[in-house]
Amino acid sequence: MSLRSPLGRVRGLGSAKDGTGHWWAQRLTAVALIPLSIWFAASVAAMTGAGYVEFRDWVGSPLVASLLILVIVSTFYHAYLGLQVVIEDYVHNEATKLVGLVLVKGAAILLAVIGVVSVLMLLLGS
Amino acid sequence: MSNGNRPLSPHLQVYRFEWTMALSILHRITGVGLAVGTLLLVYWLAAAAAGPETFDTAQAIIGSFIGRLFLFGWTLALFYHLCNGIRHLVWDAGYGFELPVAFRSGLMVIAATLVLTLLSWVLGYSAGGGS
Repeated sequence: MSLRSPLGRVRGLGSAKDGTGHWWAQRLTAVALIPLSIWFAASVAAMTGAGYVEFRDWVGSPLVASLLILVIVSTFYHAYLGLQVVIEDYVHNEATKLVGLVLVKGAAILLAVIGVVSVLMLLLGS
Repeated sequence: MSNGNRPLSPHLQVYRFEWTMALSILHRITGVGLAVGTLLLVYWLAAAAAGPETFDTAQAIIGSFIGRLFLFGWTLALFYHLCNGIRHLVWDAGYGFELPVAFRSGLMVIAATLVLTLLSWVLGYSAGGGS
């Protein structure tokens, strides 16, 4: 008989070997994205038709740059977690599934890095 | 499932169609769509980081008719996924499973999506996006 509690067993275990980690990370990023995505959508709306200088000055504010980096990181983390579940649900060929998961993870990391570096260039360059 | 005769959960086709089922799969569809849309977001930021010429090109592409159509779809998908995501978080907390409540929250999601999408475009055009 095991003396471990049900919580202790599920942490770091389960069939996916990550317990509730995936589920919880998806919810936390979802909650973070509620205010962030509302702010971002309003900003995009306000920035439509903006010229280069106006846009650069906007991203050049440390507050805006920080919020943009938070938007980028939480968006790509949340998107990766979601796409991972979609692939696991619908792709049943193991090889295709593995390739798909690796590609989606790689793309999410690559795009997030490009986005963050772009924001930093605009912040430090202005 | 290699180990024999285990009972399977029923296939989707045995359930009578309810419009809330469409909302359910729409959450996934908009999620995947938004993930694809992040390509445009990164392109926009990278174009600005690269300089004025590339940024003007990006703004022209996004401001074109096709660009606006994509952007409209993006805002619609974003606000749907956002509102229905909040509905999911409420379910995760253990509330709102009763059928009448689930129907009502579904209608609220549709209404909020339309209002927020409209609002963001009114804001966009009043900020000079129409010029």
